[in-house]
Amino acid sequence: MKKDWPLWEVFVRSKNGLEHRHFGSLHATDAVMALENARDVYTRRNEGVSIWVVESKYITASNPSENGELFEPAKSKVYRHPTFYKLPDELKHM
Amino acid sequence: MNNNNLYNYILGIADNTLILGQRLGELCGHGPALETDIALTNIALDLFGQTRNYFQYAALLVGDGKAEDDVAYMRTERNYFNVLLVEQPNTHFGYVMGRQFLFDVYHLLLLEGLQNSSDITLAAIADKGIKEVTYHKRFSGDWMKRLGDGTAESRQKMQEAIDDLWRYTDELFQLTKADKAMIYEGIGVDVSNFKEAYYQEVSEILNEATITVPENKYFTSGGKKGIHTEHMGYILADLQYMQRTYPNMKW
Repeated sequence: MKKDWPLWEVFVRSKNGLEHRHFGSLHATDAVMALENARDVYTRRNEGVSIWVVESKYITASNPSENGELFEPAKSKVYRHPTFYKLPDELKHM
Repeated sequence: MNNNNLYNYILGIADNTLILGQRLGELCGHGPALETDIALTNIALDLFGQTRNYFQYAALLVGDGKAEDDVAYMRTERNYFNVLLVEQPNTHFGYVMGRQFLFDVYHLLLLEGLQNSSDITLAAIADKGIKEVTYHKRFSGDWMKRLGDGTAESRQKMQEAIDDLWRYTDELFQLTKADKAMIYEGIGVDVSNFKEAYYQEVSEILNEATITVPENKYFTSGGKKGIHTEHMGYILADLQYMQRTYPNMKW
């Protein structure tokens, strides 16, 4: 039997209207405990209005050894940034 | 002091949260898992926060320049009026959760009643505490189910704790002289009224947790009158150490 409780990832929404952001991880035996632990570990200083937890094993991650083929081709393509438009002067806060 | 009954009534409520908080505080840094450790400490801090509100009010009633610390630390054992349940030791995690659960169900019923007190200070403290205690009950109730309906060993330990702690539950519903006086004035809550509701709710969760509800009809009491179990002296030695060693010290 594995002695360690399964690992869970915790996502917290700090304010209504904002997205859930990854806050960290914790150990718990089940989803209910993971939510309660997340509440106690990550929102005890009034950080959140909503919590998502997902067992870490269900997250599929990209492989760091493939970073070259995955991410480097985007580096040389500055034209994908919307910085070539001329904005009218009247338009503020862009 | 012209309202001794109110003062004693407040202590009867606040000493429970003080001593239970102190018991949970002993586990700080010693919880079974980091997450559970923080959870228990959070509950302890909730209880201390409530205790401070009660003691600040009690200190006002005493007057004479007394403050919350005087009420919290400067009494002898016979003048603490917490129930025996909350002073029982952290024998193992099953006891910690069993004690918490048996108290939380009572605590929420008490605060729901106290919310309607004619004393606006007590009503406000109760109102603020209800959300905290609702979570405590949810937390300890979930653990009852998790341990009771868990492995053979966790169930056996949970059952052992409930069997042992059961004898202290009846005291929760006994009325002291201060209780009766405050009920008469519309300030206090008649806790004897919700005894049945308490045992029904506790039994429902125990059933769900596959824990056998004890049939033991032997109950013990005394804490509400200041007659404590042998554990109380050790708790107070810890609790009062700083104030006794360095009188009037402040953090």
